[in-house]
Amino acid sequence: MVAAVLALVGLFLSLYLWLWKIGALGVLACGDGACETVQLSEYGELFGVPVAFYGVVGYAAMLAVSLWGLHGTAARRRWPTLGLAALAAGGVAFSGYLTYLEAAVIHAWCRWCIVSAVLVVAIFGTALVGWRRRAWEQPPAATR
Amino acid sequence: MAGQQLKWFYAALGVIVVVGIAALVLARRGGGSAAVEVAPAPVAVGTFEGHVLGSDSAPVTIVEYADFECGACAQFAILTGPDVKQRLVAAGRVRWVFRDFPLDGHRNALSAHLAAACAGEQGRFWEMHDQIFFNHRRWVSERRPERPLRDIARGLNLDLSQYDGCIDSRRLLGQIEATKRDGLARGVQATPTFEVGTLRVSGALSYDSLQALVTRAEARAAK
Repeated sequence: MVAAVLALVGLFLSLYLWLWKIGALGVLACGDGACETVQLSEYGELFGVPVAFYGVVGYAAMLAVSLWGLHGTAARRRWPTLGLAALAAGGVAFSGYLTYLEAAVIHAWCRWCIVSAVLVVAIFGTALVGWRRRAWEQPPAATR
Repeated sequence: MAGQQLKWFYAALGVIVVVGIAALVLARRGGGSAAVEVAPAPVAVGTFEGHVLGSDSAPVTIVEYADFECGACAQFAILTGPDVKQRLVAAGRVRWVFRDFPLDGHRNALSAHLAAACAGEQGRFWEMHDQIFFNHRRWVSERRPERPLRDIARGLNLDLSQYDGCIDSRRLLGQIEATKRDGLARGVQATPTFEVGTLRVSGALSYDSLQALVTRAEARAAK
């Protein structure tokens, strides 16, 4: 549940950054212009696609998996949580790379990107906790 | 999962969706930070006012503090600039003043401001201004931006010997730094910042947002 809430917040955050990037919003509420510097740098796109759009897709996937893991038989299985952890791990790695670029290459800190990085780390942590908990609650396969 | 618990969970998600959509709609409508009142900015006699575009008799003056390396400034120049020139400046409604505000953290900004100022010596500031922004990616991450900036100057058919002399002498650096100091003294903190008459606003404004401020300033000027 916590992961779904965090993923939904992340989805809106990345939607905001993506809509700004494609010119659908007027101004990025960022304060010092650093978000624009990061977004408009050469690293603001990957393979011709705005980086924020990868965030939209990633958070949407994490939201879908976390919601799915709450229902039916999936709620009793470990692997939806494992899938969420795998998705979030990819997000953590990608956010780490982007944070490195901000610090070492672009020399500007986009606060929304940092919030997104914190969110994806939190989702990863939540997924790991959920995975461990389900492992505890679920009896070993051999005894079933 | 308990049904009641799930109901509350989906209610919370619904609230987040509503708040998120409302925030996006507001962001779409807003178009910039809130305009704040500032004192008029008379320029002392003998000091450089900035690079001016448009008629001196235009009812509204807009002063833009910008950094050539700033992404939002490039965004504004590329997306909104053409509309501003055509529909506000050429129409005689606005006199536009560009003031240099190279940010400290932007290592290539000063080179770009110097290149534009040197083009200005040849009466070509605005063409250089546009090309520097339109070709942002060509120079902004370069270790030595002077070469791509010179290529831009060559593309504009500037007198390159005069341009090189201006760049090498760095004689316009003092003017750029003085303009920035003046902006700092006036409380400018971010780029781009616009002073529309006595209204100050920051961010890569949309044309509609800027036009609304011009209309307000025109109404004040008419009183």
